[in-house]
Amino acid sequence: MMDQGAPSIMTVVDLKVGFGNTTVIDGLNFELREGEILGLIGPSGSGKSVSLRAIVGLLPTRGGDVSFAGQNYSGLSSSEQIVVRRDWGMLFQQGALFSSLNVVENIEFPMREHLDLSPRLRRELARMKLDLVGLPPEAAYSYPSQLLGGMIKRAALARALALDPKILFLDEPTAGLDPIGAGKFDELIVTLSDTLGLSVLMVTHDLDSLQTACDHIVALSGGKLLKAGTLSDMRAATDPWLREYFHGPRAHNPEG
Amino acid sequence: MQLSSSSWYCNGVKNSTESLMARFIELGATQGTGRVILCSGDWTAANARQLEHDIASLPLSPAERSQSSIDISALRRLDTAGAWVLTQLQRDGAGQATDFIGASPKHAALLSRINTYEPKALPPRHSLNPLLVPFSALGRIIVGIAQDIVAVNATLGHILVALAQTLTLRSPLRLASFVHQFEQIILRAIPIVALISLVVGAIITQQTILQLRNFGAAILIVDLAAILMFREIGVLLAAIMVAGRSGSAITAEIGSMRIREEFDALRVIGVDPYQALLLPRIAALIVGLPLLAFVGSMAGLLGAIIVGQAYGGIPMDTFVLRLRDAMSFTSVAVGLLKAPFMGFLIGLLASVEGMKVQGSSESLGRRTTTSVVKSIFVVIVADGVFAIFFAAIRF
Repeated sequence: MMDQGAPSIMTVVDLKVGFGNTTVIDGLNFELREGEILGLIGPSGSGKSVSLRAIVGLLPTRGGDVSFAGQNYSGLSSSEQIVVRRDWGMLFQQGALFSSLNVVENIEFPMREHLDLSPRLRRELARMKLDLVGLPPEAAYSYPSQLLGGMIKRAALARALALDPKILFLDEPTAGLDPIGAGKFDELIVTLSDTLGLSVLMVTHDLDSLQTACDHIVALSGGKLLKAGTLSDMRAATDPWLREYFHGPRAHNPEG
Repeated sequence: MQLSSSSWYCNGVKNSTESLMARFIELGATQGTGRVILCSGDWTAANARQLEHDIASLPLSPAERSQSSIDISALRRLDTAGAWVLTQLQRDGAGQATDFIGASPKHAALLSRINTYEPKALPPRHSLNPLLVPFSALGRIIVGIAQDIVAVNATLGHILVALAQTLTLRSPLRLASFVHQFEQIILRAIPIVALISLVVGAIITQQTILQLRNFGAAILIVDLAAILMFREIGVLLAAIMVAGRSGSAITAEIGSMRIREEFDALRVIGVDPYQALLLPRIAALIVGLPLLAFVGSMAGLLGAIIVGQAYGGIPMDTFVLRLRDAMSFTSVAVGLLKAPFMGFLIGLLASVEGMKVQGSSESLGRRTTTSVVKSIFVVIVADGVFAIFFAAIRF
């Protein structure tokens, strides 16, 4: 797991995002430290996915800074932004695999765009990534429409890992998976984070993911930071929503 | 980083190869049975091509390679690509169990994970004998046509059943849906159909005037316009326009509804999707296309009047006077009789293609294209068949 006091790899300061007249995220602060798995939780509509999309630059922000390794992302030139972006991998909720490419071509796509590799090495690396995410080699030539839900997520994760990112963004990684598949996926994330030294930011609803995978948790409510801390901090919180979330009928509480 | 590395690769491969050699791999002293390969620098994907090249150009015989050991204590950065290349280098020494010398705990963890991956040869993807490819393609086309005939007839059957049920009042008449589709498919197409027919009518008339003037018979363009616009041009342009505009829309709508299981939802709720979704669209096409054809014909006629005045010197009242003789009810009827059939064909083909969509967005795009191409083709062929038919019955 992460060592305490690891340097911060991403800092979000006073992030503001809005559409039209509504402000969805209103002054969000948190940091992601090297090697840590951070879970972003909150009720539906609290702006979890919006803040994730704003952090990776898919949504325009209205204010605030996101910095990666000390560099303010919005202050960089577009070519410098591309270099920073190459250290990211993102797993979208539905996988977002390119449907016209097969799995191995999907994984090769970012490498083809950004790296100078020999075709043979690129193919071998892509197949190794498949192995890293626990997909059988036979899946390499399947098309996304031929894959099942869990396999799509794994293949999409392999694509997110194609460029050896430092930060992995996961949007509801276990949504739509059965409990066994979801548990395995959590384990996979932890293993990958440990072996590859990844820092992970995941938006999730899954209490089990929070328990097994996440080192820290950031809770959002109404576009603001509600509470940040470890799982036990969250369990000890007095906020009514957090109490209901962590002590409700679906939460299994080890301490009873 | 990657940007700069690829630029040095392009600019100065020749003169910098020597110095770069030293960046990643050096041969160390002999230790025990073999040489030590000293690895240093960033073993990352950005440098992978150079790494591969360096490894390939190591001055070691295969036998020496299998005896060598690898020292990675000077390694700075290592990613999965570098680790893969490194394990490949280690595997060159077949049967050798030595670990990497001086691996940091982080690197060791990554290397041991990568080392568990054994590339397996995939079962070869079956490929066809090149001599058989044309036959296989022909076979596919024939089977495709057969399947198309079945699919068209199946959809036709469904739609006729839905129509019968609506006409016998066993299913509700979806008036709101029909009106909405009529607006989308027909009313909103009026401006573009009118414009195109006007321009095409004007162009045809202009070209004809230039020819007929040589015989002093420019006035005959009135007869030509009366017959051509109403019998052919109006209905054909309207049908092609609608096939491109709404045939594609219907296929895309039906297709995305199928992908998102809306079709299945309707079925489970107990509503016939053909009755609820396709019938209103096809009915709008059948009822509306004659209207569009008429609008198109009138616009074409207007184009002819304008050009007749400008190029042929035919004043408008002369044109209209002549038009009274040249125009017959038959010409108008021929155009208006053809239109509903064409509308039906467009709707049917668009529905059939929409029903074939499955899974990917690529399939949706392909089906939409096919739908437009097929309906335009069928509309033109049908027009030809009608021309033969009406000539045969002297209508």
